[in-house]
Amino acid sequence: MSSIASVGTHSVDHHGEHGHHHESFWTKYVFSQDHKMIAKQFLITGIVMAVFAMILSILFRMQLAWPDKEFPILEVFLGKWAEGGRINPEFFLALVTIHGTIMVFFVLTAGLSGTFANLLIPYQLGARDMASPFMNMLSYWFFFGACVVMISSFFIESGPASAGWTVYPPLSAVPKAISGSGLGMTLWLISMVMFIVSQVLGGTNYISTVLNMRTKGMDLWKMPLTIWALFLTAIVGLLSFPVLVSAVVLLIFDRSMGTSFYLSELVVQGQILPNEGGSPILFQHLFWFLGHPEVYIVLMPALGLTSEVISTNSRKPIFGYHAMVYSLIGITVLSFIVWGHHMFVTGMNPFLGGVFMITTLIIAVPSAVKSFNYLATLWRGNIRFTPAMLFAIGMVSFFISGGLTGLYLGNSALDINLHDTYFVVAHFHLVMGSASIFGMLCGVYHWYPKMFGRMMNEKLGYLHFWLTFVGAYFVFFPMHFMGIDGVPRRYYAFTEFPFMEKWISVNVFITWSAIIAGLGQIAFIWNFFASMRYGKVATQNPWGANTLEWTTPVKHIHGNWPGEIPTVYRWPYDYSKPGHHEDFIPQTVPFSETMSSNLPHDFEGNVEAERIQREWERANAATQPESEKE
Amino acid sequence: MIAMAQYTQNKEDLTQQKAKKFNLWLGMIGMFMMFAALSSGFIVYTAGGADRGIKTLLPQAFIYSTILIVLSSVTMQLAYVAAKRTLFTRQRILLVITILLGLGFFAMQVHAWGILSDRGVVFVNSNASQSFIYVFTGMHLAHIAAGILVLVRALVGRMRNVSQVNNVFRMDLAALFWHFLGILWIYIYVFLLLNQ
Repeated sequence: MSSIASVGTHSVDHHGEHGHHHESFWTKYVFSQDHKMIAKQFLITGIVMAVFAMILSILFRMQLAWPDKEFPILEVFLGKWAEGGRINPEFFLALVTIHGTIMVFFVLTAGLSGTFANLLIPYQLGARDMASPFMNMLSYWFFFGACVVMISSFFIESGPASAGWTVYPPLSAVPKAISGSGLGMTLWLISMVMFIVSQVLGGTNYISTVLNMRTKGMDLWKMPLTIWALFLTAIVGLLSFPVLVSAVVLLIFDRSMGTSFYLSELVVQGQILPNEGGSPILFQHLFWFLGHPEVYIVLMPALGLTSEVISTNSRKPIFGYHAMVYSLIGITVLSFIVWGHHMFVTGMNPFLGGVFMITTLIIAVPSAVKSFNYLATLWRGNIRFTPAMLFAIGMVSFFISGGLTGLYLGNSALDINLHDTYFVVAHFHLVMGSASIFGMLCGVYHWYPKMFGRMMNEKLGYLHFWLTFVGAYFVFFPMHFMGIDGVPRRYYAFTEFPFMEKWISVNVFITWSAIIAGLGQIAFIWNFFASMRYGKVATQNPWGANTLEWTTPVKHIHGNWPGEIPTVYRWPYDYSKPGHHEDFIPQTVPFSETMSSNLPHDFEGNVEAERIQREWERANAATQPESEKE
Repeated sequence: MIAMAQYTQNKEDLTQQKAKKFNLWLGMIGMFMMFAALSSGFIVYTAGGADRGIKTLLPQAFIYSTILIVLSSVTMQLAYVAAKRTLFTRQRILLVITILLGLGFFAMQVHAWGILSDRGVVFVNSNASQSFIYVFTGMHLAHIAAGILVLVRALVGRMRNVSQVNNVFRMDLAALFWHFLGILWIYIYVFLLLNQ
């Protein structure tokens, strides 16, 4: 016994030393190698980028709603990009491009995975830190650099990249094509390369930590679903981001050295370009081989976070834990063989289109399994409507309503009508945009006490939820109807086309909804930053959750646990287990302490344990008074 | 009791090392995906028309560079074995030889580019299949440059007398990475040979 105690104290000393010796302001807050600090860095950078991209979207929404109106204030801020108080067409394209790029990559990839993989993987697995804390730090700083470069493109003469977030050549490959194809595009490419480096560094770390650094007793089937989701997300990222590197490298050669990978027989501004024989479709193949898995990189962490939050706040075990894991694995595998559904109308062989259609529609199966399991977990649960829980339920709602339209878009024949219309915009903003951001916000509300040691204000949380939830549906739902009517996305002025003019009234409605929902985010921003200082001090386990992160002290220490890392004995979803005096049993509680609630399948076929349990039950059935029996 | 504490500590260090080595494996998977993407890009592009394709014989220099990199893998492995047996002088000499062979490989590849462009098979080319040769070899050379840095780091570690555990660990990672680069080159070479 004494030896165990001394091990404990030794580790405390050891980690205490670490804490005091080297930590200056720079190593603690800036070039930190501590996973908790890096998670906060990712989160705050992600929030800043999200606000930035949201403002961009409000700007182009204003143009869409009031194409003929002048807003002199815009000229004050944007100068020549809004001459006479109207956004000009080049800048409009830049706005949609950068809005998409920032939201998809910087907010929902880095901001979401970066924050929660860093925070939760070591915490929920019982590790002192990541496999390589140094790589982890590099990962953040590459991301930060990428953000700076991306935003800096707003401050150059020719403006930011404007070829859409998918940067298809030739717009992206011919620097003279439009003003955004010049330096702005170059900066976009530099930023993306830095971003990919960041993702690969981070991703390898996440995978390696999950596979190598789990605490004693934490086998793969005892991992919380958050970890499963973040783990599989990292695998998808590792396999797909390098492909984008190749695509981008070839694009850079085409842009600056005059090769002809993607370019072919073009005439730009009266001049014949020297490039011959290139294939722009090649870029689309390479891009979407990343691009499609990317949407699952965005979505899966949200699925993981909400699984955890819904189970905890329903006070019920997650319904179908294994099914949840297998459907995540299914989504992971399928995500690599569906990229062609973005290219149905590129002149693809119809047979190949049919293959991609089938693989795409099969994704509905694991997605439906997950939706069903979410609903079944909620069913007759003892639900606590915390703000995190509301956002989790909101995520399920968006996942279903946005996912359904995927069935239409995934159909290669229907896609001829629907592709590149507002129907697509509605679809992916619901299923990928809103669902993922709701997953992220759910995570922020739920793990805020773990990150900052204080609670967020619930009332502001509810206000934020309802404004965002209703706002998102008001913004994106009407777009389905515009899309069915054939209104194309990315168009600058609806007044130019008679058949689109009738949609302007809808655009006004959407823009007002967007503005109000946007203002609703102030409730969140205020809540987030003010609660760091004024929030109620958090208790160690404020939600009554089972996972390991809630066994760490409220005040952060280097190495997470004072003394030995706890051992894990059970799965993370023992909520409201019959026979137990509390409605949750943390993973660290051994079965020997919960004799009254153990079930035969808990012992996974351990005969000795089953025998002990039976003996205990026999002994207790004899002595227990009648009133305490179940 | 102290021994016990030491043991716990060592065990945590060991897990850490294992995880770092695993990181390298994952990194190599990522790098492989990059070249897999280029290969499929090449196939898709080349299949697009009869006027596409490499349409030239690869220079002899690529055979010489293959020999160099295979030799360097052998010396690297010997250096690693020497490090494990604490034969430090031998380890140092073999590492230096490996680095020199690596530099030789680098030079030979650049030489091969010279031969190709003398034949008119240049990088900026309306037949992008030929440009692809440069992309494959160039991207691989960028990795070789990184590999040489890793080798130099292992050598510097040896010179500065880092602990034997660290010395072997660095050599282990360096050898793994260097063999990977060799195999990657052989893959690229065979791929290009099959398509020439």
